[in-house]
Amino acid sequence: MVTVAAPAAVTDGEWVRRVAGPIRRVWRLLFSVVLTFLGLTCVTFFIGRVIPIDPVLAIVGDKASIETYNRVRSEIGLDLPIPVQYWRYLLKVLHGDFGNSVITSQPVLQDLLRVFPATLELSLLALIIGVVFGVPLGVIAATHRGRWQDQVIRFGSLIGYSMPVFWLGLIGLLVFYAKLGWVEGPGRLDVSYDDIVPVVTGLITVDSLFAGEHDVFWNSLGHLVLPASILGYLSLAYVARMTRSFMLGQLKQEYILATLAKGLSPFRVVWVHALGNVWVQLVTVIALTFGNLLEGAVLTETVFAWPGLGLYMKNSLFNADLNAVLGGTMLVGVIYIGLNMLSDLIYPLVDPRARERR
Amino acid sequence: MSKRLCFAALATALSLAFAAPAVHAATPKDTIVMAWQLDGIITFDPAESYEIATQELGTNIYDRLLRYEAEDATKLVGGVAESWTISPDAKTFVFKLRPNQKFASGAPITADDMAWSLQRVVLLDKTPAFLFTQLGWSKDNVKDLVQATDPNTVTFKITEDLAPSLVLNLMSTFAASVVEKKVAMANEVNGDLGNSWLKAHSAGSGPYNLVSWKADESVTLEANPNYHLGAPHMKRVVVRHIPEPATQRLLLEKGDIDIARDLTPDQLTPMANNKDIRIESFPAANTYYLGMNLSEEHLKNPKVREAMKMLVDYEGMVNTVLKGRFIQQEAFLPLGFLGAIAYNPYSLNVEKAKALLADAGYPNGFELEFTTPNLPPWTDIAQSVQQTMGQGGIKLKIVQVELKQELQIFRARKHQLVLNSWAPDYFDPHSNADTFAHNDDDSDTPKIKPLAWRTHWYIPDLTKQTLAAAKEIDTEKRKAEYAALQKTVTDTGPFVIMFQNANQVASRADVKGFKTGLFEDFNFYRTITK
Repeated sequence: MVTVAAPAAVTDGEWVRRVAGPIRRVWRLLFSVVLTFLGLTCVTFFIGRVIPIDPVLAIVGDKASIETYNRVRSEIGLDLPIPVQYWRYLLKVLHGDFGNSVITSQPVLQDLLRVFPATLELSLLALIIGVVFGVPLGVIAATHRGRWQDQVIRFGSLIGYSMPVFWLGLIGLLVFYAKLGWVEGPGRLDVSYDDIVPVVTGLITVDSLFAGEHDVFWNSLGHLVLPASILGYLSLAYVARMTRSFMLGQLKQEYILATLAKGLSPFRVVWVHALGNVWVQLVTVIALTFGNLLEGAVLTETVFAWPGLGLYMKNSLFNADLNAVLGGTMLVGVIYIGLNMLSDLIYPLVDPRARERR
Repeated sequence: MSKRLCFAALATALSLAFAAPAVHAATPKDTIVMAWQLDGIITFDPAESYEIATQELGTNIYDRLLRYEAEDATKLVGGVAESWTISPDAKTFVFKLRPNQKFASGAPITADDMAWSLQRVVLLDKTPAFLFTQLGWSKDNVKDLVQATDPNTVTFKITEDLAPSLVLNLMSTFAASVVEKKVAMANEVNGDLGNSWLKAHSAGSGPYNLVSWKADESVTLEANPNYHLGAPHMKRVVVRHIPEPATQRLLLEKGDIDIARDLTPDQLTPMANNKDIRIESFPAANTYYLGMNLSEEHLKNPKVREAMKMLVDYEGMVNTVLKGRFIQQEAFLPLGFLGAIAYNPYSLNVEKAKALLADAGYPNGFELEFTTPNLPPWTDIAQSVQQTMGQGGIKLKIVQVELKQELQIFRARKHQLVLNSWAPDYFDPHSNADTFAHNDDDSDTPKIKPLAWRTHWYIPDLTKQTLAAAKEIDTEKRKAEYAALQKTVTDTGPFVIMFQNANQVASRADVKGFKTGLFEDFNFYRTITK
């Protein structure tokens, strides 16, 4: 029996429960992470080995002699059975060695560290744009359900949702860069600003601010704003649609009527009470949106000559650079898993019930 | 309310970004900015590089033993060497170096640097090594065969019988660049002769230095004041990797780049009337052809092969869909090569082709699988060929695949008919003859896989002629031998050789002096002005 009067004295059973709970959670998490990675690498690895592009030819070229070809083939271990190759790859990965990229001949890890900040900078700003505009628009659409505001927002987000980002990017460049001259062109910086700011985080906007190079900051922002807006539009469309449907669900609830009856202003009811309850669901949506942005980045980065993960992965795929493709896939996997964990962590912040459950 | 505050702050930040003064203006006056698809770059080391982009950039970074200079791209002249002599048996080559040459670092260029640079290619045994191993050089003997006989003289011996013109042409390849030994060895890791350092750095004596290479982003070159023909006009050359041609066009029209390298007719045609842009077309050295597979019963018949050569609208394509990008050339040597002949015996002739097919026993034609790459201009060529072949009764079933995948199908001889192109390795007719007319081992495990092997064209006698031409000491005789080889291959071979390609370059009207040559080795930046 547990005596309520003496909370300081915890029984053995309570201890076990307190410790076992988190341990079990950590185990479950670890297990799911390991399983996800095994699945991810396994599928990518085997697809990579059966695609009809020869990675050896990609290295030695069409004109190499048979000896060179065979030497390189055994050097990269392609003469072994595929399961053995996979096992060896896993062992190396466990030691932190993701192999070398065929194209850049650098360690894949080093390559990923180089290209990822460019993508991170782009998709972070895109996400901010998506959330900052998407959520209010979704709320407005929900409160004006069926009226012209709703129609306009829904149509606008439908376009964002269904237009190829490739095409949107080119049109955006044509209008805002070539015709109006409001933004800078493709690439991360003007040629004359190259190599001024030392690389610290790899996010040029951040690095230039820290270095006190305001010209470089404005220039990089000018380059960033269009691709981020295009990508942001994509996420905005999704976030707005989801916010709208979550809000519609909330606005039907009886507590809304109650708060209104109590005399609270409709503005407060919608933006504080209803929206406050929607955040839990939105956090998951936003986290997943960020994952989708990384995918959208492949095409955006091609159009905008943005030297990030998307461009790197595309290049690696076309050149059968398997180590690079696997490394990139794992990075995206890590981000997805990380985002999921992050949204788990954020729940209690926005939902008191989740706090209590802990 | 904090949420509203956040919103307001962000909105302000964004509108500020839009309003920020766009510091445009054209590119700096002393800098050339070029847009190019640079995704193929692996290394700048002359002993390892074998990609188009690094060959061109390397040409502008390193000087080499011999070279074709911008002023007359048809004449082989000295680069590092000033003069050379060849022994009567064509086995010993002696090169006198130009006096007072300096590396970009300021150090003098010595014969030891040059000899070491040549040895290095063989010792490292990377892709370009095959250029020099054909001379009979190997890891074991190259240090004896290639030597600095005095501070100003490089002497080398070859052990194979080869035409002197071929040997000299090999000495004009990027692999024959002079690398500063001291700098490279100072950066040596695990006995790699500086290979890993030279991937992204330069130690040369050409018109430019490599300042930086950012993979998937840009390459920056800076003028070398010590260059022996004088510092180039443009202080800096920045090559930006712009993968999407439509983006290249926008940048060019806006003046943010000076030269665009990858524009296609989609971009070029609408710019034709733009006075700020100049579009030029220069012949290049890739040969576009159809390759048959002689294990196919129909294709074994020479009459069928001849008929197929009459079922291609060479002229029509060159004048319409391929305008400005291709030149009709039915011989395997591109015009401009030693021994090249303008040889176009075939043109579209459906009636004659039908008669030949009937003669061969196929009055109703037959079907073939036609493997082609899935991108323009390949797709344009494939459609035209399919249509004209169809007129003669040969029904082609087009199978579109990724270019690299096609190469694999072709190398495994699993095709019936392919559309492909061949890029010569060096500026000598042997490079092409050795692939179009070399197959004396048709087994499934040959030492090399020349195009004749890939098409199952077993030609031991013709192979002997090819090898003999490579050894011919008399250059005039050598030319005649290649003329004969070309005619035989075009007339009887399993290839429908169609075109030689051309490069289209679009530049701002004020940019002058850049033209692309047959080879990347002829693309000089030092002549550019603006």
